[in-house]
Amino acid sequence: MRREPPQTLGDYAPLLFPAAMLTIFFVVPFGTMIAVSFFQRQQGGFYTPAFVFDNYARFLSAFFGGVLGFSLLLAITVAICCVVLALPFTYMLTRMGRKVQVVWLVALLSILSLSEVIIGFAWSTLFSRTAGITNILVALGIMSEAKALTPSFGAVLTGMVYQAFPYTVLVLFPALVRLDPTLTEAARTLGASPLKAFFTVVVPALRNTITATLIMVFIFALGSYLLPQLLGRPQHWTLSVLITDQAIYQSNMPFAAAMAVFLVLVTLGLVALTVIAGRKGEAA
Amino acid sequence: MITTSIKRRTLLGAGLAGASMLAMPSVLRAQEKSLKVGVYGGYFKTSFDKNIFPEFTKATGIAIESIAEPTGEAWLVQLEQAARAGQAPADVSMMSQVAMLKGQSTDLWTPIDMAKIKNGSNLLDRFVNKYPDGRIAGIGAVSWYITLVTNTDVYKEAPTSWSAFWDPANADKLGLLALVSNSFLLEVTAKTFMGGTNALDTEEGLLKAFEKLAEVKPNVRLWYRDEAQFEQSLKSGEIPMGQYYHDVTGLAAADGNPVRSTFPKEGGIQDSGCWALSRASQKSEEAHIFIDYMCQPSIQATLSRKVGTSPTVQREVTDLTDKEFASVSSDIEPIVPRYDLYQTKSDWLNQKWTELIVG
Repeated sequence: MRREPPQTLGDYAPLLFPAAMLTIFFVVPFGTMIAVSFFQRQQGGFYTPAFVFDNYARFLSAFFGGVLGFSLLLAITVAICCVVLALPFTYMLTRMGRKVQVVWLVALLSILSLSEVIIGFAWSTLFSRTAGITNILVALGIMSEAKALTPSFGAVLTGMVYQAFPYTVLVLFPALVRLDPTLTEAARTLGASPLKAFFTVVVPALRNTITATLIMVFIFALGSYLLPQLLGRPQHWTLSVLITDQAIYQSNMPFAAAMAVFLVLVTLGLVALTVIAGRKGEAA
Repeated sequence: MITTSIKRRTLLGAGLAGASMLAMPSVLRAQEKSLKVGVYGGYFKTSFDKNIFPEFTKATGIAIESIAEPTGEAWLVQLEQAARAGQAPADVSMMSQVAMLKGQSTDLWTPIDMAKIKNGSNLLDRFVNKYPDGRIAGIGAVSWYITLVTNTDVYKEAPTSWSAFWDPANADKLGLLALVSNSFLLEVTAKTFMGGTNALDTEEGLLKAFEKLAEVKPNVRLWYRDEAQFEQSLKSGEIPMGQYYHDVTGLAAADGNPVRSTFPKEGGIQDSGCWALSRASQKSEEAHIFIDYMCQPSIQATLSRKVGTSPTVQREVTDLTDKEFASVSSDIEPIVPRYDLYQTKSDWLNQKWTELIVG
């Protein structure tokens, strides 16, 4: 097995299949969506091919701006919570024995097999007044009366962090396993406490991994549309919920497509900003 | 090398033969009389498959292939796209009233020939869906009520009026449908406080209704799209009041759950589904036989008993007892949704509604 840069056209052949798949299942549908976003909506009917900006114009309002802002804020909060929780957890996990690691990773992977619907319903039961966790607190004498914790922002956040946490751990795990243990040992011999070593050595050494993980969880959380409906009030509905409403319930494909395109653009913009900021920080 | 390639070919051949074997029955069936019928998936489809379709095939010799269709307008979009390509995923489909109107705008529905629907004379007028020029687009299939439902443990006395939604005592206790076009709360507001749904004729009237409806917001705990979500909370008393389907609530109560459905004095909301024939369908003859069969008073009575829907024909012609009728309907004049608004003003209404509940 030698690794050489591809020289002839034939060497690129193995790339053809994935490239074709990407084109058929990603580029073409995405192109269709962009095209539809410029179509003319026929109220009370469907849509006709055209090139109009009405759909984008309708989106540019304080109302949709607010919803978009909330969606971004929610996704960022979920990303930060996930990384803050998962980084120390994964770090400790990599320092444990093989068997313990396997058990934890299998448990985390099994969360991934749960659908969003099951996660949503499970948390809404746990947060309910009649059967929720507050009943345990009442039984323990900590609370005087059981109360409902859902629908609320906290409930939405909990559900989404729970859903994204396994991904976060799985992305961080390889980088943390590969992290040279002599780095922390050196810090310890030089007199740093374990906590100080973690923050001054491990975290900076993993800066790129952390940024990449934040971006991944952010994008993952941005697409969430079921948990905000199941666990939140209408003001906690994300833009994805409104896109679904337009596409499925109002059969207003052009407007739904325009909102989706807008969401993608804003997301790409934010990711680009993060990457640029990261490079600048590195250069400094 | 040669062996492997032969093996591969044999495998391919076997696969093809297998596929055609699987396709065979449908080829054979196509030679008999058959009809593809779309009904709402889940409870509706199961009930129809069990109680209605086998009897129909026995009576007419037409085989029914039932197709589970999604609620909402997703099915309308699929039918429309397919019809543009000359395909009909289902010949006859059960469609909501708003979907009927939207389909009319593209001539999606083949006009029904009433001369072939002998039992059509029994139908109530509001269940005959017409094109603006008078052609018949669809015929009432089933109708159902959305009523005021309560948890009997929390509310010992049944509420009598929709105005209970506005009562400050019910803060954070209601579960309401999340969309303007399926909750019909504007109509409820108009009937309860503005003298009738005609008050919604003008934009001022609509704005007034929205304003009045905004007062309900603090009382709403859940705006639901998913029925299971509310049903569970209603049964457990987590969300003890709201709007829900009369038939399903009745079934839940019969199973011993502490829930009740009440027809408020302003009337329950009566929604309905139509049988409509896609213009791409080649089975017009069979479709007319099917629709005619479904309009028989005895079939409508069977639907009421087995599926829990309300008849689309006059009550007098059915053999439903008072008790059976009361379990699916009420003599109180129903609130009939203003379907026309959801076609002519759909985007405006949707925008105002979303701003109302999200804002």
